[in-house]
Amino acid sequence: MKVTLRIWRQPGPEADGGFEEHDVDGINEEMSFLEMMDILNDRLVEGGGEPIEFESDCREGICGTCNLVIDGVPHGPQLGTATCQLHMRKFSDGARITVEPWRAAGFPMIKDLIVDRTHLDDIVAAGGYISVNTGSAPDANLMPVAKSVADTAFDAAACIGCGACVAACPNGAAHLFTAAKVAHLNLLPQGQPERYRRVEAMVEEMDQWFGSCTNHGECETACPQSISIDFIAMMNRDYVKSKFKNRRLLSQTN
Amino acid sequence: MDTVLDAKIPEGPLADKWDNHRFSMKLVNPANKRKYRVIVVGTGLAGASAAATMGELGYHVDVFTYHDSPRRAHSIAAQGGINAAKNYQGDGDSIFRLFYDTIKGGDYRSREANVYRLAQVSNEIIDQAAAQGVPFAREYGGTLDNRSFGGAQVSRTFYARGQTGQQLLIGAYSALMRQVAAGSVTMHTRSEMLEVVKKDGRAVGIVTRDLATGEVEAHSAHAVVLATGGYSNVYYLSTNAMYCNATAAWRAHREGAYFANPSYTQIHPTCIPSSDEFQSKLTLMSESLRNDGRIWVPKNPDENRPAGDIPAEDRDYFLERKYPAFGNLVPRDVASRNAKTVVDEGRGVGDLKNGVYLDFSDSIDRLGADTIEERYGNLFEMYERITDENPYKEPMRIFPAPHYTMGGLWVDYNLQTTVPGLFAIGEANFSDHGANRLGASALMQGLADGYFVLPYTIGDYLADWLNTEPVGTDDESFSAALGAVSDRTEMWLSKNGTRTVDWFHRELGKIVWDHCGMERSAEGLEKALSEIPALREEFYADVRVPGSGDTINSSLEKAGRVADFFELAELMCRDALDRNESCGGHFRVESQTEEGEALRDDENYTHVSAYEWGDSGPTLHKEELEFENVTLTQRSYK
Repeated sequence: MKVTLRIWRQPGPEADGGFEEHDVDGINEEMSFLEMMDILNDRLVEGGGEPIEFESDCREGICGTCNLVIDGVPHGPQLGTATCQLHMRKFSDGARITVEPWRAAGFPMIKDLIVDRTHLDDIVAAGGYISVNTGSAPDANLMPVAKSVADTAFDAAACIGCGACVAACPNGAAHLFTAAKVAHLNLLPQGQPERYRRVEAMVEEMDQWFGSCTNHGECETACPQSISIDFIAMMNRDYVKSKFKNRRLLSQTN
Repeated sequence: MDTVLDAKIPEGPLADKWDNHRFSMKLVNPANKRKYRVIVVGTGLAGASAAATMGELGYHVDVFTYHDSPRRAHSIAAQGGINAAKNYQGDGDSIFRLFYDTIKGGDYRSREANVYRLAQVSNEIIDQAAAQGVPFAREYGGTLDNRSFGGAQVSRTFYARGQTGQQLLIGAYSALMRQVAAGSVTMHTRSEMLEVVKKDGRAVGIVTRDLATGEVEAHSAHAVVLATGGYSNVYYLSTNAMYCNATAAWRAHREGAYFANPSYTQIHPTCIPSSDEFQSKLTLMSESLRNDGRIWVPKNPDENRPAGDIPAEDRDYFLERKYPAFGNLVPRDVASRNAKTVVDEGRGVGDLKNGVYLDFSDSIDRLGADTIEERYGNLFEMYERITDENPYKEPMRIFPAPHYTMGGLWVDYNLQTTVPGLFAIGEANFSDHGANRLGASALMQGLADGYFVLPYTIGDYLADWLNTEPVGTDDESFSAALGAVSDRTEMWLSKNGTRTVDWFHRELGKIVWDHCGMERSAEGLEKALSEIPALREEFYADVRVPGSGDTINSSLEKAGRVADFFELAELMCRDALDRNESCGGHFRVESQTEEGEALRDDENYTHVSAYEWGDSGPTLHKEELEFENVTLTQRSYK
């Protein structure tokens, strides 16, 4: 089959970017979308050009490295699927496909289709952990966790940190990412001691870099793990509670 | 040749060695720890857990990853689970049994003391991970669930659906980010290590290239820890992620760290067969699937009915037939080789006849589709996305693929390489899996090294350097390494040949797979040893590396990695040729039993082969393996 790619190129953060068009023929529908991109890059290099820079690592949909907006949709047309797991059989022969980077104020451009997602790590550093030093843990079965709780925590913990939720959001908000991280830990009994400190710190870090949530729900549709926006409601509830629970006297400095 | 390597194994009975050692090692007191700087390269399970733990202890840690985030390391793709000797199921497990299974699974080519320590700390890993909030599978009563895995007859594998590696890595990553926030760990993302820097024979730092800006930087410390994973991508097609490479370990090797057992590679039995020549990687389907899936091929090579229409009497459940005791749960090397045998007989399935069936219909009949979905739902979805076939309705097609490398940098009991001050942990070292790793043991070893071994053994080395400053980055040892990296960058960018780096990588991969893959022969290895240098020469003459060095340049990054793979591939073949026996994942056709099983030669090869780099070729050193607690037998899973 043959497709025509209309693809974003930008030499660097400060440089102007624009679309370039490339025909890619001789591909088959068993290929993944990124294998098709590999072939295009091979041909560009052999023809004396430079490859289009994009990121992808595990190609199993779990590491969260790949990040392409395909025909206006983060990770492309297949629901619940990361870019690397998208296959050419989802496109018709002769298709014209637009490929762009994640676009959000919180993700500064680096080159071509590569952006900087470091602020997601900053949100985790703000409180996305349970403070337990190595070696200080009690026997794992001393703290039973109801199966339904462990399962729901897992649904949130399945987040692969790709940032599609941010790219999909008209406001460039990172609420689904942050909510997934908060809910994973706040649901579990192990996470209770830091529950309200955690949500406050993470939400406030998030607010520094990303937009506000206005309940569009685009994030849930774009999420390759189909993480539910119910977790955002849970995060908001915990955040409001934290403002009561974490109240400090005015003379306290921290 | 034949310098005998000293692994510095502590004295005393097996069960007391680690305790005795912890008592006899030098300690660094808490107030002094903050005077030390330690570099950790890699943020997978081993690197993240080591950096986090050393940060908690008070060391100042600089941690490096070539990814955009520490959470992306390939540990994240591990699916099935992590072993521990908890015996929560009351089915007869114990530390000694986990130790014994691991030694036996490794075909008696691993170090007893290390493996026993691994089994000892395995239980603490589960406690630590559960406390961090890793959402392990639970029973309705709230306790932890277990499943069984290949090479074991007990259920000791803890799991989080089919995403155990991801959840354990998020646990280690969150502990790491906590230390980043606390200021004890400094994170360097998009930084690729390209040299180890040595002064007076010991490791004093590294040189990195910033992948976004191209800046070449020097970093100094009191000690350097490599947690940079394995080298399965030498085969080009493997289950490893696209960026996985051997460069950090290989650069260390060229600076004097011995490379041990390079020929011990693991071919994982359950991967999705390739569909065309442009395939970029192979996808693993967790070994846990073998708990409920039955492996078979048609008896008749000319069979052309769909799987569901083939009656039981025309099917060959070859693992259950040959190995009644372990059945579909034989270790990986045995399962892989048997799959290759039936495919070579022309009985493969699928359009390309390059796979075997992994069939869930009996389990679905017995347990219901819901239970199977609960256990493997995400794996089934992944399979369907890739193949467009529904494994609830028709059997999966699977075939072996390169997956894990047991070989790696040689380390002593303290996980220190032959370069003082340079440590290697996780898959990057060679230590615990012998000639074959059991399923669910990689996560265990990475976290054992990172959480519970290295943070303590490194103190024994650091104690001697109290109140010394790290060697300054203005020292000539650093300027030499910086110059070497810049020169190599220049050299690659001047390559204006006709072929891409990937083309050479694919061709190299074919040679290594054909001659140093699932089966090796003296004839094939000698052929590979003449083909690899020839292809390498062509690579240096005809590769094309476009673009510049001051921005993201994927061709440039790959050129350096593939150059190192060329050298490593040659060493793998040399080692495979030298080891004229079959053991675990290393199968020499010249050395097999009448039934076609791997036949060891304990008299001549009960040793670790560790190679020293030399410009005119490697020098082989040996570490004799002594077994005081297990008896060497022909492995039997019948």
